[in-house]
Amino acid sequence: MTAIAPGTLPKSSPRGSAARARMLRSLLPALSLALVLMAIAWLNPRAISYFGFNLMLNLAIPIALATIAQMFVIAGNELDLSIGTFVGFVGCVTATWLRDAPLIGIAVVVGSIAVYALLGALIHLRNLPSIVVTLGMSFVWQGLAILILPKPGGKAPDWLLAIMAFKPPYIPFPILAALLIAIVVHFGLMRTSYGVILRGSGGNAAALRRAGWSLLRTKIVLFALTGVFGVLSGMALIGITTSADANIGNGYTLLSIAGVILGGGEFVGGRVSPIGAVLGALTLALAASPLLTFMHIPPDWQVAANGAILIIVLAARVLISRRER
Amino acid sequence: MLQAIADIVRLDGAEKHFGAVRALNGVDFHVGAGECVGLVGHNGAGKSTLMHMVAGTLRPDGGQIAVRGNQEAAYSVARALELGIRCVFQELSLCPNLSVAENTRINHPSLLGFSWRRKAADLIQAKLDEIFPDHGISADDIAGDLSIGRRQMVEVARAFTLTREPLHLVILDEPTSSLDAHTAGQLLAFVRRFVASGGSCILISHVLGEVLQNADRIVVMRDGKVVAADAAGAFDRDKLVAAMGGAEGHQRTAKETRKAEAGALRVRARPARQQDGKELVARAGEIIGLAGLAGHGQTDLLLAIFSAASRAKAGIEVTAPVALVAGDRQSDGIFAQWSIAQNIGIRSLARLRNGLLISPQREAELAEFWKKKIGIRTPDMSNNIYSLSGGNQQKALFARALGSDAEIVLMDDPMRGVDIGTKLEVYDLVREEAAKGRTFLWYTTETEELDNCDHVYVFKNGRIVANLRRDELTEEKIIQSSFGDAA
Repeated sequence: MTAIAPGTLPKSSPRGSAARARMLRSLLPALSLALVLMAIAWLNPRAISYFGFNLMLNLAIPIALATIAQMFVIAGNELDLSIGTFVGFVGCVTATWLRDAPLIGIAVVVGSIAVYALLGALIHLRNLPSIVVTLGMSFVWQGLAILILPKPGGKAPDWLLAIMAFKPPYIPFPILAALLIAIVVHFGLMRTSYGVILRGSGGNAAALRRAGWSLLRTKIVLFALTGVFGVLSGMALIGITTSADANIGNGYTLLSIAGVILGGGEFVGGRVSPIGAVLGALTLALAASPLLTFMHIPPDWQVAANGAILIIVLAARVLISRRER
Repeated sequence: MLQAIADIVRLDGAEKHFGAVRALNGVDFHVGAGECVGLVGHNGAGKSTLMHMVAGTLRPDGGQIAVRGNQEAAYSVARALELGIRCVFQELSLCPNLSVAENTRINHPSLLGFSWRRKAADLIQAKLDEIFPDHGISADDIAGDLSIGRRQMVEVARAFTLTREPLHLVILDEPTSSLDAHTAGQLLAFVRRFVASGGSCILISHVLGEVLQNADRIVVMRDGKVVAADAAGAFDRDKLVAAMGGAEGHQRTAKETRKAEAGALRVRARPARQQDGKELVARAGEIIGLAGLAGHGQTDLLLAIFSAASRAKAGIEVTAPVALVAGDRQSDGIFAQWSIAQNIGIRSLARLRNGLLISPQREAELAEFWKKKIGIRTPDMSNNIYSLSGGNQQKALFARALGSDAEIVLMDDPMRGVDIGTKLEVYDLVREEAAKGRTFLWYTTETEELDNCDHVYVFKNGRIVANLRRDELTEEKIIQSSFGDAA
């Protein structure tokens, strides 16, 4: 009746397979990106170049930032349906006040982040469904954007144009920016000690409360971070397009959610991956128009084809996650 | 005599109401330094509520709490942690999406800076090694991937890790409910060492033997009050059961021998890893026990039998409908958003149908029948399942299986964390149903429960290593088979 050697325990078989499935899932974003890139390379080899990537991934930076913004609320088991119109609102502020009256512009941008933080507090304190609150807010942001900029127009501040036009040697700027975003957020959320608390609030909120942490604070921080990255997304978008339109960001709500899920995140349980989310955003950005244009799909059909690609990629993810069970 | 010991914590006249329910009705309770206090009572007697108060997660509606002689006016979780009082709650409180090390960090606000991750990993690894040698858990494992037993080990070890905050009192609420006898022994031995070195412990357990052997003093609760409190030596098993109340009539009716005639074959199954010819055979009217250390293939075989009922599977023969009573009821058993009645009816939808739709009336009838039969304590079966205490939730899951057309009922250690009164009621029910011809396959980590079985198969490393009849069943034999090299 001596102690059994650890090796003889029937361990690691369920755990090993769970770990393998998780590995597969964390590789899926990279795999799907590689697949889309290969398709593009096959259809149009010249696109795989410094210039080609600059062009194709142009819009990937704001999409990646919006996806990261969405990822923060999803990490806390919430959903933000207003991120698209919020990006549009920030775009309108950037193209008008931030250029003409920088102080007011900065105040409005900071204030909008504070509004996000307050939303987090409201959702936590009143126990409201975030979907309802943010759906309501999406109309507020949209209305404000139209008030600021009734017609498409405005102009991005010069410093912003300069940043977005930056051409580093060898590596295309969008790739460099995506790397930077992924690394910074990965470190902040996945490696720091407070990042653990933020993710834990999505995993088991009751456990966190029992350990003496404030769930109000985690919710506020997560929503404020969503606000911060939403602002960055809106500014990056205007830096690329140079002028704004109140409806410019509307598609971003669903793109950002799809990006998070494609990147290995889950709607509940605090399981998110910043690197995956950025890869997911890049995949969506590439699959959106460059791939379809190279496939000679007429613009009329591109939106539908885009949706089809989304369904296929997300279905593949679901299939792999199911194996995890 | 006990006055000589300095009190770590003392509650005077603690009261708590949940709506009309009085969960605690003026309770006086104290724990001294270097003392292990056992706390027993039925589910719903108020033990957990009392512990939530000591841990600071619930605020009393009346009464006072004092820590080391100082009245605490604004007592909270943070204050309790500051004063060195920690709690391992019955419902697991790990974040399933985080690693073991990250879960450790959650309990230690002082784990900061660049090397926090390594510090947390070292901390939990060292404590696991100390309490559970040969635990087989890595600090990088994601909590959600671990088995329920290993999660409980992590949680217990985490409560004993030490950083900036002091550690004086640890509340263990059903710490062994998901552990097998071997690891439970390791834990209880550690608790004794901790208490011997001056720490204090509150041990809540439904396994009365554990409390009798390990506590210095035992407090018995019933209906929100303390009904008995004395040195552990003054109690024995029968006295404890009597003090808890309600279970006297059931004593050991299991022992009466049943006729051993062979019924129709219901299940014949060989575990996937079985190399010799041993196989599990269950006939109509039999209660078959599956024993051995936790996680040695018992659950796997139950699940294989369950899936073999709907789809043919090599090595397994099943001749009647099957129902499963899950062990991990939070994740595998309960539909959290549903009412009690819906939770019971889900296995019997075909019978509850009226045309294309489910008849709410028949669902309510089924629920009401089982409420009476099995004694589910609730004013209204259309309440949410979570309005029930843990033991009553488990009863609802039994009602789901027994209310169905299943002739074979698989039980995956369903009694963990259930109080003894409920257990005895369910044992009676199982025997009654078996006498009517139902077959039960019962995996349990509590050796006492095997007394109810006609046959016991002992598992090791995914194989059947012994097949014991009721009359040759002893705890030593089971332990021998679970640890021996070969049968």
